[in-house]
Amino acid sequence: MNSTGTLKSSSSELDLDRPNIEDYLPSGAAIQQEPCGKLRLHDLLDISPTLSEAAGAIVDDSFTRCFKSNPPEPWNWNIYLFPLWCFGVFLRYLIIFPTRALVLTIGWIIFLSAFIPVHLLLKGHDKLRRNIERSLVEMMCGFFVASWTGVVKYHGPRPSRRPKQVFVANHTSMIDFIILEQMTAFAVIMQKHPGWVGLLQSTILESVGCIWFNRSEAKDREIVARKLRDHVQGTDNNPLLIFPEGTCVNNHYTVMFKKGAFELGCTVCPIAIKYNKIFVDAFWNSRKQSFTTHLLQLMTSWAVVCDVWYLEPQNLKPGETPIEFAERVRDIISTRAGLKMVPWDGYLKYSRPSPKHRERKQQNFAESVLRRLEEK
Amino acid sequence: MLTQYDIEEVQQHCKNAFTQQEIVSLYQRFCQLDRNNCGFIPSDEFLSIPEFAVNPLSQSMLRLLDGFNFKEFIAFLSAFSPRATLQHKIEFIFKVYDTDCNGKVSFDDMLTVLRDLTGQYMSEQQRKEVLAQVLEEAGYTKDSFLVLSDFMKVLKQLISSITCCTGILKFHLDSGQFGSEDGSGGSRGLE
Repeated sequence: MNSTGTLKSSSSELDLDRPNIEDYLPSGAAIQQEPCGKLRLHDLLDISPTLSEAAGAIVDDSFTRCFKSNPPEPWNWNIYLFPLWCFGVFLRYLIIFPTRALVLTIGWIIFLSAFIPVHLLLKGHDKLRRNIERSLVEMMCGFFVASWTGVVKYHGPRPSRRPKQVFVANHTSMIDFIILEQMTAFAVIMQKHPGWVGLLQSTILESVGCIWFNRSEAKDREIVARKLRDHVQGTDNNPLLIFPEGTCVNNHYTVMFKKGAFELGCTVCPIAIKYNKIFVDAFWNSRKQSFTTHLLQLMTSWAVVCDVWYLEPQNLKPGETPIEFAERVRDIISTRAGLKMVPWDGYLKYSRPSPKHRERKQQNFAESVLRRLEEK
Repeated sequence: MLTQYDIEEVQQHCKNAFTQQEIVSLYQRFCQLDRNNCGFIPSDEFLSIPEFAVNPLSQSMLRLLDGFNFKEFIAFLSAFSPRATLQHKIEFIFKVYDTDCNGKVSFDDMLTVLRDLTGQYMSEQQRKEVLAQVLEEAGYTKDSFLVLSDFMKVLKQLISSITCCTGILKFHLDSGQFGSEDGSGGSRGLE
């Protein structure tokens, strides 16, 4: 993994000495050639292509693969390496982890003892208060990153604070936000979480200007869209960071970007984040672990290694729809970070696909039948 | 975890349609889908696979798949194996059509499947006409019931279209393993 970034396709990363599944999967179009000639009973009864597609989806499908945890392979499987690994476990859990927990606690104490007074006392001096709070949040995120021994390499020009720009990044875990926040205080749009995370969101993150949404509420989208627009227009607000995937993906694939970030009429600055799984897999599989467990896992590993690339700002090209714009930016991010693009909406984790995909297939089949009926 | 005995039993059940390695891979997939570890995959889980849910015949297949344990799951998928006989594949297609499982496929059964495949893009009248027309050409009438031997006769030219999905199975044979949620997969690490 070098900083100039070999843009090798992720297939060589994923399957080191195995064949690439993408070569075996049927593409979106029909697998067989377009049938022609007069329509016969055989053609109507032969549902095998459709059945094969369904069975193929049962056996393996590109959507589930986006959310599969891929932990690094164990290496401690022989008599020489096992004691070494045990020693490593001892070191990590009993020496390094308490040190890190201590560092984090100290960080929290410093942060809170500075943040709370500033927040309460400097109520009148808004600009000064905001600047101090911004630096404090950046410092706190630095403490967090230190608590997992984060080795983060930032490439590219640092984000500037200008109005009418948003930042978009691919999403692997909530720590993405912390890693980016360490460098620049972003305002972020997040799903409201329960528990201590929610508490943090409503108190501290409020000061950097965060926007909440609720996936389950239908009307929510319009309200959020309006808030986004207002935020971006304001000159003094922190730059806005959006994760357009809408959900955590396992850092090997990208799912479709939501177009909300791309219809605000401003410049979009892509950020690509790629984690190196050498010590730990940073993917937060929210189906399998809570955020606390995830953090503990990170804190008991050797290090979290990742690369962050700040990419060239993009604007909507004339004649381009927001969806095409989103796909173009997704392509830029995926190429940079070596991720495979997948044509699914991340929210399908929580809901069913809309009927229009099925309708398209039905339409194709119906038209082909009717056309062949005409042929005599 | 599967023991050697389990694998052999499953292999016999599916009449050797899969190799032992394929059965192990499919078991990992089964466990991945059976998230609550209840021994079978609920319909909801299949529908949460977007590629499956957008398939027009997903409902018919779900009917056949309901409440399947692993042995039955393998038996179900064995029709798609490269080693399955043409007879087996045609039997599978017949089962999809035969909604009331009485061994006979009526005009209405065929109409139901055609409705699933075409949705709103053909009127009911058009579907009936098309079906009646092709049935007549093949020598049947609207009221005849097709049995398995009729299907065999009509579909015997079905060359390899039903084995196209086994490209997926072939991949997993070549790669050796699926990589389950908890298992290994991915680059060697130093954890």
